[in-house]
Amino acid sequence: MNRELQFNIFRYNPQDPNSVPHMQKFSLNETENMTLFIALNRLREEQDPSLIFDFCCRAGICGACAMVINGRPGLACQTKTKEMHPEITLLPLPVYKLVGDLSVDTGVWFREMYSKVESWVHTSTVFDPAAEEERMDNSVAEQVYELERCIECGCCVAACGTARLRDDFLGAASLNRIARFVVDPRDQRSDKEYFEVIGNDNGIFGCMGLLACEDVCPKQLPLQNQLGFLRRKMGITAIKSIF
Amino acid sequence: MQTYYSDLLVIGAGLAGERIAVESADAGFDVIVLSIVPARRSHSSAAQGGMQAALGNSAMGEGDNPDVHFADTVKGSDWGCDQEVARMFADTAPIEMRRLAHWGVPWNRVVPGKSFYFKGGEKFEKVEKEEKAGLITARSFGGTAKWRTCYTSDGTGHAVMCTMDNRCAQLGIDVRDRKEAISLIHDGETCFGAIVRCLRTGKLEVYLSKATAVCTGGFGRIYKATTNAVICDGGGHIIAHDTGVVPVGNPEAIQFHPTGIVPTDILVTEGCRGDGGTLLDVNEERFMQIYEPDKAELASRDVVSRWMTHHMRQGKGVKSAYGEHLWLDIRHLGDQHISTKLREVDEICHYFLGVDPRTQLIPVRPTQHYTMAGIRTNKDGAVYGLKGLYAAGEVACWDMHGFNRLGGNSLAETVVAGGIIGAKVAEYLKGCETVFKTELVKQALNKQEERIADLISGKNGKEDVYSVRGELQDALMEGCFVFRNGKDLEACVTKLQGVLERSKHVGLRSNGIGANHELAAALKVHGQVKLGMCIAKAALERTESRGSHTREDYPERNDQDWLNRTLAYWPEGADMPDLKYEDASPVFELPPGDRGYGGGKIIPADPEMVKSKTITK
Ligand SMILES: Cc1cc2nc3c(=O)[nH]c(=O)nc-3n(C[C@H](O)[C@H](O)[C@H](O)COP(=O)(O)OP(=O)(O)OC[C@H]3O[C@@H](n4cnc5c(N)ncnc54)[C@H](O)[C@@H]3O)c2cc1C
Ligand code: SF4
Ligand code: SF4
Ligand code: FES
Repeated sequence: MNRELQFNIFRYNPQDPNSVPHMQKFSLNETENMTLFIALNRLREEQDPSLIFDFCCRAGICGACAMVINGRPGLACQTKTKEMHPEITLLPLPVYKLVGDLSVDTGVWFREMYSKVESWVHTSTVFDPAAEEERMDNSVAEQVYELERCIECGCCVAACGTARLRDDFLGAASLNRIARFVVDPRDQRSDKEYFEVIGNDNGIFGCMGLLACEDVCPKQLPLQNQLGFLRRKMGITAIKSIF
Repeated sequence: MQTYYSDLLVIGAGLAGERIAVESADAGFDVIVLSIVPARRSHSSAAQGGMQAALGNSAMGEGDNPDVHFADTVKGSDWGCDQEVARMFADTAPIEMRRLAHWGVPWNRVVPGKSFYFKGGEKFEKVEKEEKAGLITARSFGGTAKWRTCYTSDGTGHAVMCTMDNRCAQLGIDVRDRKEAISLIHDGETCFGAIVRCLRTGKLEVYLSKATAVCTGGFGRIYKATTNAVICDGGGHIIAHDTGVVPVGNPEAIQFHPTGIVPTDILVTEGCRGDGGTLLDVNEERFMQIYEPDKAELASRDVVSRWMTHHMRQGKGVKSAYGEHLWLDIRHLGDQHISTKLREVDEICHYFLGVDPRTQLIPVRPTQHYTMAGIRTNKDGAVYGLKGLYAAGEVACWDMHGFNRLGGNSLAETVVAGGIIGAKVAEYLKGCETVFKTELVKQALNKQEERIADLISGKNGKEDVYSVRGELQDALMEGCFVFRNGKDLEACVTKLQGVLERSKHVGLRSNGIGANHELAAALKVHGQVKLGMCIAKAALERTESRGSHTREDYPERNDQDWLNRTLAYWPEGADMPDLKYEDASPVFELPPGDRGYGGGKIIPADPEMVKSKTITK
């Protein structure tokens, strides 16, 4: 059972003037129920403490550990080594700025996205602490929650051809974010206002519809449906605005 | 070297930190929030189950109100909490839940009509009222008299964290990730901000502020088996405690959750038991009803963890390569329920165990989960010992949890405390003028630069940081876990003395340049061992059993001698904490009594004292 795993890991520390980008080989004895989280931590603690990578929850819920695993963006913490070939290649996600080795700066990217899509409920109602909460249909609440499950891992953007070519492309995660507010009855923005943000090549019209985003999303968010939904809705808005 | 100024510096961008930031920014103050990871990756977003607030909308929550919530919280705490704080909390929680709804949280809502639920493996029926349709609904959680846990499917923490972070973005609050505070700037009386290491470049930065709030979450990672994220490593506790003037409150109060999965210690939510899941032993038989006929699986966490450990000690555990465990059974809840309400659990089982919970059992055992222990504050959230310093959330000992916090009460605490303390901070800032002494800042910075240089050069030795940390973790698992006793605790303290010495001689193996993790670990390992020592020493001194602190050699809850809170100070240069004590609560709205579960004898407090402190509301 005990396999010897071969790791091929991208190394580059941009802060170190002596560092040059290269691939480095490591080997490690596989143990039962091993995940890439366990493996990478062992490599760092036992073999090379300079190795840079990110983990946080180690349970597939925070999105910190996304990387390119054997050519495909995914979450390292929920990747079991026993389901893989013993030779494992790890690269940092493209599109985002490199922090070092396998770690990239998704934080800044997403924070910029929040301001681009104004990622909050737009409402003119004022909160009244003495009043009963505004009622909402449970099925609507569940629909909103469905779209809010994105953990901002960045896999969908890293897998997206358009995003790789054009850094002003909003990406599936952002479009999904917009959809979340479109279905939320508390948000009073009109379709026309949404259209101004996404009704162009940086938004819904830049998407080539090849589905790579949805394929890699570890939360299985229905990204294509959302794109389709927005496109239809925005198409109608565009036609309306002509007349 | 960069210096940044703000009215308020918030260290930690979880729910507590961001809620404080929002409250202060709303009052017109300039706020900077720092976090090791992007805010939404904070541990708050890992909470699945929900948050407690006595809204009383659901059928099973009917008749609930803040008084009942208050009583549950005090009982849960085993009378170790500050009752004034518990009262403020219970009263404010419903308002905060509604406020969150207004800001965008998609709470699950009441659906009128008939539906089923499970309790102790049995199926029951309930009917939700038509007139409550669309109001925030609730589910059941351990230790509560009514269903009062508000939730969004099984991603409550995630949904609330998203909303709170959106609110920060909307208010234009400056939230900076990959920034780690490594020491406070203070003169022994007032706090002026923090020295921060940038986790992109490795460079040090200075943050100066009139007020500072530490909201860095728990420190589960000093235990080997914990449900906590890898960043819950005590960074905030350490920088406060290191000042020498700030005490850690109740360090011995550490919560163990009944259902960490084996072997990875990832939590499966209490919602599983709340929704009717059962615990089974090696013979696949239920056992909790033997020990707790009334509440069974739904007794509070400390109680369930103890009985599980006890049952395994009776030879009823399941043997595995990773030690003994028990089973959690949710098969009877059915596909529909599991794939909607317990989807995260389903995913965790799938990804980390290769188990399908519809047809298979989940291996579980008690695991470190929550730190009631924390930076001691008063009821305004102001930290003992330093002016201008506040703390909130899991990092703080505010102290509404006493010796055991109830499920759903900590996520609720983050926003309730964040709101209340944020308003107190704003009040403090209103009248606040300050002078930043450049010499003081320079000294604080030099000290950290020197520490880093010494670690890189190996000036103090070549001890390996990961091995020192490992030894700390093992010592706590052996001496300070679910059951404690004098002999093991003494051994633990002795062992930790050795580890403390080793921690002074850590040196890096790598070059420490840039976003280097070994350096980050090395900078805090000494402080972590000190925290471990506080737990062990305080647990050794406390010769009684209360909440999560269980002494096999002192099984009674001793209100006569121990109705108090430990304050662990660590004076500069000392090699042992200095333990002091204060009354658990300034007043009793609910005089000390029986919790109603968990059994155990009580040595009563002096009735005169109780009478003199009892108030009516
Ligand atoms: C798996 C799990 C499930 C849970 N489920 C529930 C539940 O259902 N209901 C419930 O009530 N409670 C639950 N809890 C407990 C609850 O989630 C936490 O107590 C609560 O979220 C803590 O929030 P916080 O804001 O205090 O800290 P956190 O959310 O932990 O945030 C801490 C912040 O501090 C930052 N930080 C840490 N150190 C530093 C430093 N040195 N410098 C700068 N920044 C720093 C981090 O980056 C982070 O942003 C759960 C806990 C766990 C572990
Ligand atoms: S479907 Fe659109 S958004 Fe998704 S990967 Fe392809 S181009 Fe990108
Ligand atoms: S949409 Fe999916 S893949 Fe994209 S960031 Fe969110 S969780 Fe990750
Ligand atoms: S570490 Fe959180 S998703 Fe992998």
